[in-house]
Amino acid sequence: MAATIGAVIGIPSLRIRGLYLAIATLAGQLIIEWTINHVSWISGGVQASIEVPRPTLFGAQLRTQAQFYVFLLFFAAVAIVATINLARSRIGRAFVAVRDQDIAAEIIGIDIFRYKLLAFAISSFYAGVTGVLYTYYLGIANYEQFQINVSIDYLAMIIIGGLGSVLGSIFGAIFVTLLPIVTRWMLEGLGGLILSPADLANIIPNLRLVIFGALIIIFLALEPEGLSRLWRNIVAYFRVWPFSY
Amino acid sequence: MKRIARGTLALAAASASLVCMIDRPAAQQKELVIGEQCDRTGATQLVGVILCPGIMDYIDLINSKGGVEGYRIRLDEIDHEYKVPPAIEAYERYKAEGAVSIMLYGTPQTQALTQKLNEDKIPGTSPGFGTSAAANGTRYPYVFPIAASYWSQGAAAIKFIKDKLGGNLEGKKIAYLYYDNPAGHEPMVILEDLRKTEKFELKNFAVPPPGVEMGAQVLDITQRFRPDFVISHLFGRSPSVAIKELKRAGYPLSKVVGLVWASAEADVQAAGGWSVAEGYHTIQFAGVGDDYPARHEIAAMYKAQGKEPPKEMQNTVYYNRGLLAAALHVEAVRNAIKARGGEKPSGEDVKKGFEAIHGLTLGGLVPPMELSASDHEGGGWVQIFQAKGGKFVKETSSPAWMPRFGWRFRPAVQWPRRLAR
Repeated sequence: MAATIGAVIGIPSLRIRGLYLAIATLAGQLIIEWTINHVSWISGGVQASIEVPRPTLFGAQLRTQAQFYVFLLFFAAVAIVATINLARSRIGRAFVAVRDQDIAAEIIGIDIFRYKLLAFAISSFYAGVTGVLYTYYLGIANYEQFQINVSIDYLAMIIIGGLGSVLGSIFGAIFVTLLPIVTRWMLEGLGGLILSPADLANIIPNLRLVIFGALIIIFLALEPEGLSRLWRNIVAYFRVWPFSY
Repeated sequence: MKRIARGTLALAAASASLVCMIDRPAAQQKELVIGEQCDRTGATQLVGVILCPGIMDYIDLINSKGGVEGYRIRLDEIDHEYKVPPAIEAYERYKAEGAVSIMLYGTPQTQALTQKLNEDKIPGTSPGFGTSAAANGTRYPYVFPIAASYWSQGAAAIKFIKDKLGGNLEGKKIAYLYYDNPAGHEPMVILEDLRKTEKFELKNFAVPPPGVEMGAQVLDITQRFRPDFVISHLFGRSPSVAIKELKRAGYPLSKVVGLVWASAEADVQAAGGWSVAEGYHTIQFAGVGDDYPARHEIAAMYKAQGKEPPKEMQNTVYYNRGLLAAALHVEAVRNAIKARGGEKPSGEDVKKGFEAIHGLTLGGLVPPMELSASDHEGGGWVQIFQAKGGKFVKETSSPAWMPRFGWRFRPAVQWPRRLAR
């Protein structure tokens, strides 16, 4: 389902590319959002929010956070293995070729139409699976959880992690998710020594945004290729540690 | 490269040691935790930056007076940016800390946590938002849409208009201008019901998010539909835009009534000041203005500490709502401790404590609500105010507090049936 819709949204990619394509897909998102909100047989219409039952696995209902963690981890592992394998397959190679220079790719015999749509379909498939798991986790399905800021968050994850690498997107996701939580801990602990609770409550959320933005800028300035490159550098450094040169 | 790696390591080590250092101070004896979710940075921050200090100040006031029945209350505020995943993360933290009740914030967050609250038996409150159907306490045992749900607000608006237009709505035209999201849709069912019984003409005008552009809708309302009254149900920046646009179109603002999130001083100021908004009606579920004992006591508390009362207090609409939310939690905890004979109450006890609340008015700040096991809204009371001469003045044509109008506990219309559990 998600793959089909993704492929439909991907059709403009045949004619446009780069920034313009990104804008076209964002427009697609707005159309979908509006449709879900207003077509009542999809979402239930008036109060467009659906209560999702807890998933049942082999007769056991998942209740605690820990159970959910394992459940989701399984899907994440499958997705990661599949993606790594995909990147090494003919399809993956074709994607890389199209990305780097589509005219050249066409000349060496890659059907651009097919592979571009396939790319959209596969990524939409992942997004669709994630979306379903996400509603399980949240307990409700509501279009307000899938608005444009989510897209921007995901984009941030990929850029921070490093474009074009599986490891990078994992790092990026961990980084973007954990950063607000860690900064909150640190600020609460440190700030509690200086400020009153009322001031602290006022400052933390805003400071968190500032730190978040600043860290993204610092990381990108320091390592434009993202966290995955940073990680590889660290690994490379320790491989010969302590006797480097 | 080496330098970067070393720097990263040092940073990691430093942050690790910091996290270890920041062990929370050991809990003092006889302390109760109340969780409070807030939004000071996200989509509804206009509300959060005023409402949450109100909650904090009231809890401080209670603690400075010796707490509740010998218990100190520790309020744990977590900012969730109006997003659901942080709200769930915050909830898990409250649970780990043993919170006895939670102040929810935001309709999607409330809906996401409803099931968890039921499972873990922790009561949560959603004053003025959330699922209206949760007023039915037998179906939603641990959610309290106290004061006034969207259904009660919508119905109260119709009742107010009916009184204004001479007690009969037959053949009258009412425009419903709403923010196009689930919360904006929520009052529609009740408006539609009342349209049938009261026989008025109703037309809905959607404002797409983010709601700062509504020239077309306002033109449509004022030039084509020409209603006898406008109900405005908007959030964030959009109420001020509505006031401005309606004013510009020459529509009398005395024929406009805003539901509770379109009704703060901040909205009037953003619309261009009190002279622009003169005549605008608002629905309130907490008292508006400065003349309440709780506010005087908070001001005195700040004075005693040698500080000026915070500037948030000047925005009385949201600040007083914060006081109302905090006061209800305190009262519920008090009831629970009393029922347990001084022992530490559980979430279940506090739930019963909520259901035992009655006759709590704080000198008119809180409506005369009577909560019970079946009615978690306490009667759906609201008050109508009008912008007049630089402040909100209580509307005299309607009673001091209006109870729920025109609807009993509606059957479960809230979820589409084939998808409901």
